[in-house]
Amino acid sequence: MNVDVTHYLVLGAVLFVIGGYGVIARKNIIIVLLSLELMLNAVNLTFVTFSRMHGDMIGHVFMIMALTVAAAEVAVGLALIVAIYAHRETVDIDVLKMLKG
Amino acid sequence: MLLWIVLAPLVGAVVNGLVFATGFWRRSVGGSENVERKIVSALGPGVILVSAVLSSILFFRLLGLEGDNRRFIEEMFVWIPSGSFTASFELLLDPISAVMVLVVTWVSFLIHVYSIGYMHADRSYSRYFTYLNIFVFFMLILVLANNFVLMFVGWEGVGLASYLLIGFWYEDSTKAYAGRKAFIVNRIGDFGFILGILLIFFVFSSVNYQEVFAKASAPGFVAAAPDGIITIIALLLFIGAVGKSAQFPLFVWLPDAMAGPTPVSALIHAATMVTAGVYMLARCNVFYSASPEAQLIVVSVAAFTAFMAATIALTQNDIKKILAYSTVSQLGYMFMGVGSGAYAAGMFHLLTHAFFKALLFLGAGSVIHALAQEQDIRKMGGIRKDLPITALTFLVGTLAISGFPFLSGFFSKDEILSNLYLRGYTVHWIIGIVTAVLTAFYMLRLYLLTFEGRSRVPGELRLKVHESPRSMWLPLVILAFFSLIGGIFGIPEFMGKSLGLEHSNLFEGFISSALHSYPSSHITGQMFGHWTLLMFSVIAGFVGLLLAYNLYFKKTSIPDEIVKSILLKPLYKFSLGRWFVDEIYDFLILRPYRELSKLSAYFDNFVIDGLVGGVGYVVRESSYVLRAAQSGILRLYVGVMAMGVVAIIVYMLFRAL
Repeated sequence: MNVDVTHYLVLGAVLFVIGGYGVIARKNIIIVLLSLELMLNAVNLTFVTFSRMHGDMIGHVFMIMALTVAAAEVAVGLALIVAIYAHRETVDIDVLKMLKG
Repeated sequence: MLLWIVLAPLVGAVVNGLVFATGFWRRSVGGSENVERKIVSALGPGVILVSAVLSSILFFRLLGLEGDNRRFIEEMFVWIPSGSFTASFELLLDPISAVMVLVVTWVSFLIHVYSIGYMHADRSYSRYFTYLNIFVFFMLILVLANNFVLMFVGWEGVGLASYLLIGFWYEDSTKAYAGRKAFIVNRIGDFGFILGILLIFFVFSSVNYQEVFAKASAPGFVAAAPDGIITIIALLLFIGAVGKSAQFPLFVWLPDAMAGPTPVSALIHAATMVTAGVYMLARCNVFYSASPEAQLIVVSVAAFTAFMAATIALTQNDIKKILAYSTVSQLGYMFMGVGSGAYAAGMFHLLTHAFFKALLFLGAGSVIHALAQEQDIRKMGGIRKDLPITALTFLVGTLAISGFPFLSGFFSKDEILSNLYLRGYTVHWIIGIVTAVLTAFYMLRLYLLTFEGRSRVPGELRLKVHESPRSMWLPLVILAFFSLIGGIFGIPEFMGKSLGLEHSNLFEGFISSALHSYPSSHITGQMFGHWTLLMFSVIAGFVGLLLAYNLYFKKTSIPDEIVKSILLKPLYKFSLGRWFVDEIYDFLILRPYRELSKLSAYFDNFVIDGLVGGVGYVVRESSYVLRAAQSGILRLYVGVMAMGVVAIIVYMLFRAL
């Protein structure tokens, strides 16, 4: 089977939708964060695909940037979750709605 | 040297104010109050003495100069350079300002000395001398300025000092109110004055005295100028003078200004500040001589003021109020002089009035001091034996102001009155003569009720009545001396000639070298000559004195009968009520103003506040609705966001098709 650009794009779209479903449907905040990572990497995959397609390295650069920021974001996000758990003893985002107006 | 005349009082004010009145000396240095009083008592009058000596030296140097050279000008710096408009900090000493400076500095010095005794028990002793020094500083700026803008600085400055000193005992709300009243009424006059200055600049493109007056007196200028512009300038300046010099209709602040300490009344509200308007008119003689219409208005207002204030003074019972109305009346005489073109005569009356009115006020202060702040002459009487020096000097002042022959007021008042007649102001002259009768009457009444007859002092106080300390009676004696002999500087020419003197009117000769020369406006072929006019003035004075002597010394029952008689009672009430001018102002101006304020307060509360409050109300109410969107449910936010993204994509797809 010949693997071309379309396959990569479809895989990226599928991963993005799975991640999006996870963010919306799951209650556990860790899973939500995980799904968010999935969406991010789906976009990264798309970036690299188009980069290859056009023979332009800017897409790669973007991907590396996004990966770095995502790593930092995960570190901060997990630390916040630990802190929230320490105070609230829960990671259920339906319970965590202190910002209600 | 001119600069130091002005700066010396400022130095006094700054040191007295910053070091002592602020409490810096007592709190931060830890000095004692006793030492503070000693330093202030030396410094306050001391700096004025410096000014007085310097101005005397310059005055004698001025005498040595002739004609147009008879002046000193010192330019310090250009104060406002602004395109074609420049105003310099420039001082001018010419005969007119020299007379003013001598009066201001020497009378101020005597009153400063007097204040040491009068104010010795006051706890705001340093503050008092600070204000007094500030006053002298601004007064000297006013008279020494060489342009209208700098004169206005002094003009406003003395207004400030006057306000501060009237309300000196500000804990008493009526006194604070009197200070405010003086300040606000003066604003009306200042409004006219500042318009006059602007108009002068528009017409003459300068505010400098020499340039303006040279242009105005140049031949053909008045004829070439727009119609009536000189009259308008003259009248606007006169409005300023009406405010500051308490003429009708703006005189109402001066009687109330008596709320201040008595030396202040003597200095500011009798001898110096209130005469600033007379000085200004004499300074601007070019405008007035060029405008007979303005002259007629000035003389008419002045004559009416003089008469009105004299009638009010007849029935008042407060010793200082009588003197205040007397001041208003005498200022009317001065304006009759300068307004009719007899500038030297008006200035001469200013000089003699400064002596005898300061004397009378300080004498009144001495009485008030002796009687524990009592000012009502119905509770005085028979205190001549206890206050011999005060009584004698007060009598000298009374006779001087009444025009008793050969005292200072005799020469100056007669000079004005005969000038009025000889220049054709016959009606005004008659009013002046009648006012002279009234003046002599109310002044002798004041003297007799205060010092002579049966004592009406309450019993426990009667034993404590005492003559004032030396620092108070010495100025009285000096001023009495000048009230006695002050006239010799201005013996009229016709009288001098018959005495074999040449140039007997030294004062007029001195002053007129600074006045622009005009052809004599004396009308020839009048019915009366100089000597006859003199007789009228003398008779007027004696009639008033004799009437008062009979009514208040010999047959003291008559005044009570007059008050009770049906015919004269309304007149008495009218005079006692001070022509109800204050009430008329209250009805015509203050009450409508208050109603307008209420209306605008209503508008503010309901319309303006309604608009502002309404905006806030709408925002608050709509926020209740929008708050529901902020649910705090994270998944809902994500869902909405996803739906939004989908919506945008769908929209873009359909648009692309």
